[in-house]
Amino acid sequence: MKRREFIEKTAASTALLSLGLSLSSFETDDIKHLTILHTNDVHSHIDPFPADDPRNPNKGGVSRRAALIETIRKENPNVLLLDAGDIFQGTPYFNYYGGELEFKLMSMMKYDASTIGNHDFDNGLDGLYAQMPHATFEFINSNYDFKNTVMNGLVKPYKIFNKNGIKVGVFGLGIELAGLVDKQMYKETVYNNPVEIAQDMTQRLKKEEKCDLVICLSHLGYKYKDDDSKICDLKLAELTQDIDLIIGGHTHTFLDKPTIIKNKAGENVLVNQVGCYGINLGRIDFYFDKDKAHSNQGRSIIV
Amino acid sequence: MVKLKKYNGFLKLFVIFLTLFLTASCSQKNYNLTKIEGKQLPVSETGTETPQIENFIKPYRDHINQDLDSVLAYSPETLDKSTGKWQTSIGNLMADVCVQRGNMVFKAREKKEIDLCLLNHGGIRAILPKGNITSRTAFEIMPFENNLVVLALKGDQILEIAAYIIKEKKPQPLSGMTFTIAKDKTAKNILVQGKPLDTNKIYYVATNDYLANGGDNMSFFAKNVQKFDLNYKLRNVLIDYFKEVDTIPIATDIRITEE
Repeated sequence: MKRREFIEKTAASTALLSLGLSLSSFETDDIKHLTILHTNDVHSHIDPFPADDPRNPNKGGVSRRAALIETIRKENPNVLLLDAGDIFQGTPYFNYYGGELEFKLMSMMKYDASTIGNHDFDNGLDGLYAQMPHATFEFINSNYDFKNTVMNGLVKPYKIFNKNGIKVGVFGLGIELAGLVDKQMYKETVYNNPVEIAQDMTQRLKKEEKCDLVICLSHLGYKYKDDDSKICDLKLAELTQDIDLIIGGHTHTFLDKPTIIKNKAGENVLVNQVGCYGINLGRIDFYFDKDKAHSNQGRSIIV
Repeated sequence: MVKLKKYNGFLKLFVIFLTLFLTASCSQKNYNLTKIEGKQLPVSETGTETPQIENFIKPYRDHINQDLDSVLAYSPETLDKSTGKWQTSIGNLMADVCVQRGNMVFKAREKKEIDLCLLNHGGIRAILPKGNITSRTAFEIMPFENNLVVLALKGDQILEIAAYIIKEKKPQPLSGMTFTIAKDKTAKNILVQGKPLDTNKIYYVATNDYLANGGDNMSFFAKNVQKFDLNYKLRNVLIDYFKEVDTIPIATDIRITEE
């Protein structure tokens, strides 16, 4: 715990220092470019699929993903790298090392944050807790209350990233655990209504903190065609406002392109998910302008 | 609402940070989002590995491969779940092994004996190939983290088990129980441990936690009068069994017959 706080403080003061330096050379040309990179449901797929795999031959692999991320960082250093959960479970790497290697590799790739998927409970709360020292990135979830568990204090309800002057608020939503995960695994973790929590979060991030961009890392699932009452990313997008991007997971949904949904206020929300097993990397580029003359022109979405 | 007390220190710093940032950058206004571009990048190009990452993974991979590929047993035949109408060689083996290995734990802990075992046909995820058997084989057959549980069931629920098997028309892995499917699609001549079913008796039934919790519509498990979690993963049951035997026996005995 102490160590984490120390890291957080150091990180904040380092950010402060570097900002102090950069202020003198404040940009006059005020078009800012932010690249969001994301994965979901990697499920311990560290090695690429073998060449003779019937479904995904030669696809995926952490080492290749790292190379791809590095290429993009060279092109635009202003990157936010996110994961939408289910990091754990799927290959013997997890059975043997309990997620240690997954977290260490994500830290090496400089992931900024991840939310928590149902399979991240597969070794119980204690199993997740045991791997926390191997992660240098944040765990963000807003609707699980871990107060009465060992995870208390290790998962943030939200985090604001300052990316080259752009304020990015990220919050996270997890799926209902009852019936999906054994109670022995999640113990006293309390699941709260994702839509209500999302409204609290957007109020805070957009209205109070005035974030330029609000991202929801969701493990709710893209949509459920058999169960209309179940909350999913598409419904979440419709029922809320002030979310710009929902990065989803859980349903292992492969999309040709991000889905655009009109929210409660009639504004566009992007919903994306990139399948599973680290086969794809999602990329969303956001361009910001400080010129007031452009402020009423709205945004163009190219997907 | 959300609990923030743990991050107060951090938030304070953040507030200072923001205040400084806002004052220093003159009339800081929010940015207007003007353009969004989204695409999906395939992670597939070969020859673009990161050496640093590769070298980091290697010792982990080598350890796993060495462990997974060390030979534990030998199988004289390929056991496949698609080779029988009411029972299969691999299903018989798995259910038998669960009774055998499960009893080691159950007898020691509870001083009781497992009467029968029912698993699900869908839970067998690969074949047991002819030749050398390794831990990798066990991972392929049973990739899930399911645990072995024992449920105390009344005789009525044993009848429901037989009815379920007949209704589902699948060779569900079964051990310790035999019966005949009559022409009218009901079960008769039900024997448990070779003795006729006694509906007044309590039977100890081994299964996995997924099915015990009602998976695959095995609703009869919910009617248990007592539940014992053996904290023993099915995959480890298999691995321990492979370590114990030299040559896998082929159980071809008929457990369910049709009139």
